[in-house]
Amino acid sequence: MEKYAVEMLNITKKFGSLIANDNVNLKVKKGEIHAILGENGAGKSTLMSILFGLIQPDSGIIKINGEEVKIENPNVANKLKIGMVHQHFKLVERFNVVENIVLGYETINKKGFVDYENPKKKIIELSHRYHLNVDPEALISNITVGMQQRVEILKMLYRDADILIFDEPTAVLTPQEIEELMGIIRNFASEGKSIIIITHKLNEIKMLANKCSILRRGKYMGTIDVNKTSVEQMAELMVGRKVDFNVEKKAPKIGDTILEVENIVVKKDNNKNHVNGVSFDVKEGEIVVIAGIEGNGQSQLIKAITGLIPFDSGKIKLINEDVTKSTIRHKIELGMSHIPEDRQKDGLILDYSLQENFISCEYYQEKFQTKGFLKFEAISKYADNLIEKFDVRSSNGKYSIVRGMSGGNQQKAIIAREVSRKGKLLIAVQPTRGLDVGAIEYVHKKMVQVRDSKVAVLVVSLELDEVMSIADRILVMYEGKIVLETTPKEITMEEIGLYMAGSTKKDLGGKDGKK
Amino acid sequence: MSIFYNILQSVLVSMVPLLIVALGGMFSERGGVTNIALEGIMIMGAFSSAVVLILFIDKMPMQLLFIIAMLVGGLSGLLYSFLHAYAAISMKSNQVISATALNLAIAPLAAVLIKAVRKVDSTWLEWGGKTFIIKEVPLLSKIPFIGDIFFKNVFISFYIGIAILIISSIILFKTKFGLRLRACGENPHAADSLGVNIYKVRYAGVLISGFLAGLGGAIFLITINGTAFRAEATAVSGFGFLALAVLIFGNWNPKRIIFAAVFFSFFRTIDANFTLLNGLINNAIPVNFRNLFKMVPYIATLILLIFTSKNSGAPAADGQVYDPGQR
Repeated sequence: MEKYAVEMLNITKKFGSLIANDNVNLKVKKGEIHAILGENGAGKSTLMSILFGLIQPDSGIIKINGEEVKIENPNVANKLKIGMVHQHFKLVERFNVVENIVLGYETINKKGFVDYENPKKKIIELSHRYHLNVDPEALISNITVGMQQRVEILKMLYRDADILIFDEPTAVLTPQEIEELMGIIRNFASEGKSIIIITHKLNEIKMLANKCSILRRGKYMGTIDVNKTSVEQMAELMVGRKVDFNVEKKAPKIGDTILEVENIVVKKDNNKNHVNGVSFDVKEGEIVVIAGIEGNGQSQLIKAITGLIPFDSGKIKLINEDVTKSTIRHKIELGMSHIPEDRQKDGLILDYSLQENFISCEYYQEKFQTKGFLKFEAISKYADNLIEKFDVRSSNGKYSIVRGMSGGNQQKAIIAREVSRKGKLLIAVQPTRGLDVGAIEYVHKKMVQVRDSKVAVLVVSLELDEVMSIADRILVMYEGKIVLETTPKEITMEEIGLYMAGSTKKDLGGKDGKK
Repeated sequence: MSIFYNILQSVLVSMVPLLIVALGGMFSERGGVTNIALEGIMIMGAFSSAVVLILFIDKMPMQLLFIIAMLVGGLSGLLYSFLHAYAAISMKSNQVISATALNLAIAPLAAVLIKAVRKVDSTWLEWGGKTFIIKEVPLLSKIPFIGDIFFKNVFISFYIGIAILIISSIILFKTKFGLRLRACGENPHAADSLGVNIYKVRYAGVLISGFLAGLGGAIFLITINGTAFRAEATAVSGFGFLALAVLIFGNWNPKRIIFAAVFFSFFRTIDANFTLLNGLINNAIPVNFRNLFKMVPYIATLILLIFTSKNSGAPAADGQVYDPGQR
C-alpha cells in the first residue's frame, strides 16, 4: 500500500443550509504537487481551512502520514507540520519580517525577552537556500506583494512544515513573480515536501501539478493525472459543461467618439510620473484594451479618468462634454459605468446587502426614492430582476450581506449594477481577476454584448490571453506611457509581451526577450 | 526660585496619574480594544482606595497605607474593567457603548453605597488632612537641582509611575506577551492563524488597563484631591479623559506618552496656578483668558492629529470586534 502524507476522507461541512463540502476526499503523496480545482465557491478554501484547523468538519476523517488526527486549531496543524499561505495574507503590516515570522512561535532568550537574533539567522539561511531574497529587517508595509508572499512562505518553512498549502498563490503576482514562485514550489517538492495548491487557473495546474482533485459545488468530482488530461477536460470537470475558451464576436460597428483623453499626467512623489502624458479615445461599439504589466500606470490612469484620484494635468471629454473637473456623479449621469480594480474597496459596500449595493449609484433618483424615503418595493423588484438576469448566487438572495459572498459573485454583482445602468461608456479594470474559467467566459460574453449594444468599452488587463481575445483595439502601456497602439490581427502575443516589458519597435528585430 | 520648584513639583504630581492611566489605556488599545472607560475605572479606583483610607488612616504607617490603597484601587479597577472586557470581547458589543456605561454607572453606584453604609445624606468620604508627602529622601535629596525636584516634597507614587513606565515599555516591546498583544491590535487574523488566542490576549490587555486606571484613580485621590472622595461624575476631574488624550498625543507609545503626560500636566498646572503666575508678570494676561491655558493641550492634540494622521500609531484593529469569518 502506498503511503500518503495527507488523507482527508469523506469530509462533510455545512454552513446553515449551504453544504460547503459534501463527502470530499483528498489524498496527497509525499513529494507531490497536488492541485485542488474548482469554481469560486466550490468549497476549496473550506476544505483547506479544515486541514489547517481553522474550521471543524461535521464528519469525516483526516490522516497525516497514515495516522488519524484531529486538527482542532492552527497550533495542532503546526505540530503536524502543516503550513498554509492564505489568499489574503495574514501579516501585521507594522511589524518587520522577523516579528511576523516568530509571532506565535517565539523563543525566549537568556534575559527572558523574545529572541530575534537566532530566528534572524535561520530566516537568512532559509531565504538563501530557497532563493527567496527576503530582508528580515524590512517592514511589511514597505515590501511588494510578491515579497509579502515569500514572507508567508518563510513562516511555514520556519515552522519546519512538510505539508504546504497555497491558497490562490498567483492571483496577486506579476507574470515574472509567478514564474519564480513556480520554481520555488518545484524546489520544495523535489525535497520531499507535499504541496497542495488551490487554484482555478488551468494553465498553471498544467505547468506545475502532478495530480489534481476537482470540486464542483461542494462535491468531489475525482482526482486526475495532470499529464494525461487536457485543459479542456479539466475545465469541463470543474464547471460541469463544455467551456468555450474562444470569445465569439462579430466585427465591431464603430460609431461616435465617446471618451477622449488628452495628455493626462498623474505625478508620483520623486519626480517620476505614474501617468506621463497619455492620450487616446474610445468609440461607440468597440472594446479598447489597455495591456501592460502591473504597476505601469494603468491603475492611476483609470482612477484619474473615473475620478477616484486627482490628476495633475490633461483633459477628459465624455460625449463631447469637458468633464475634466466634473464630479463622479456627473460623469455617471452622463453615462459612465465603472467596474473598479479593487472590487471590495471601490466597487461594493461590503457590509451592505446585495440589493442596497445594486442601487448605490442611483439611490437618489426618482425611481428609488420620493421625498427622501426609499421605495423598497421598487428596489426589491429591481434587485430580483438583476439577480435573475446576471445569475448572482448567494446564500440569502437580495438580502445577503455582500462581504459573505464569493469573489466571483461579488464581481457579478458589480457587473450587474454597472451594465444595467445602460450608460455610454463601460470602464472595467481587470474584470476577470481571481475568477474561474466559467465566470471568465461569462464576463467576456457580457463585455461583447455591451459593446454590441453601442457602448464604448475600455478594459485594463494584465492577461495576454484576455487582451488578444476580447480587444478590438489594443493600447500597450509601459512606464506611464502608451508605447503601442495596435489590433489583435496585426500582432502576436509574443510581440505584445515584449512591448509590455519595455522593448521598442527598433530593438524588436534582433533582441529576443521573455514573454 | 522656590516658585519655580513648586510649579515643577506640582507638574510632576499631576503628571503621575495621567502617565499611569494613559499607559493603562495603551495596553487595552494596543490589543485592539478601545477603552474610553478610563474615567469610570479611575473613579472606581479612587472610591475603593478612599474606603481603605477611612478604615485604616490611623492604624498603620502612612507610606504602607498609601501602597495598600493603591493596590486596592488597582484591583477594584481590574474587576470593574472586567465588565468592559466581557462586553467588548466575549459578547462582541460596541466598545464605545459598554465603556460609556462604565463611565456613567460608577458615581451613582458609589453614592448609593456611601449613603447605605454611613446612613447619612452625604456622598463624601473624608479621612482628614493627613499628608502622604515624603519631605525628603535621605542622601538623594542632597544632589543639587535634581535632588530639589525629584527627591524633596515628593509622593512615593512618582517613583511607582516611573517604574511602571519602564516596565510597560519592556513588556510591550521585548516580551512574548507584548509581541502578541501588538499583533492582536494590528491584525488579529494574522495572530489567530498563528495560533495566538486573541480572546485571552485581549482580556489581559483590558484587565491590565483596568488595574492601571484604578491605580491612577487612587493616586489622583491621594496626591491631588487630598482630603476626601466625592461620589460625583467629576470625582477625578476628568483625568481619565485627559489620559485618553495623553495616549493619543503620545501616539500609543510609552516614550512619547511620558512627554505627553508632562505637556498636559504643565498646562494644567499653569491654569491651576494662574493667579500666582499672572501676578509675577504684573497681571499682563486678562483674567478672562485664564481658561485658555486649559484648552492648549486639547488644541495641540487636534493639531497634532491633523498633521500626523497618516503616520498615526493607532493600532490598525483598535476598536474592532474580532470576527474570525471576516476576511
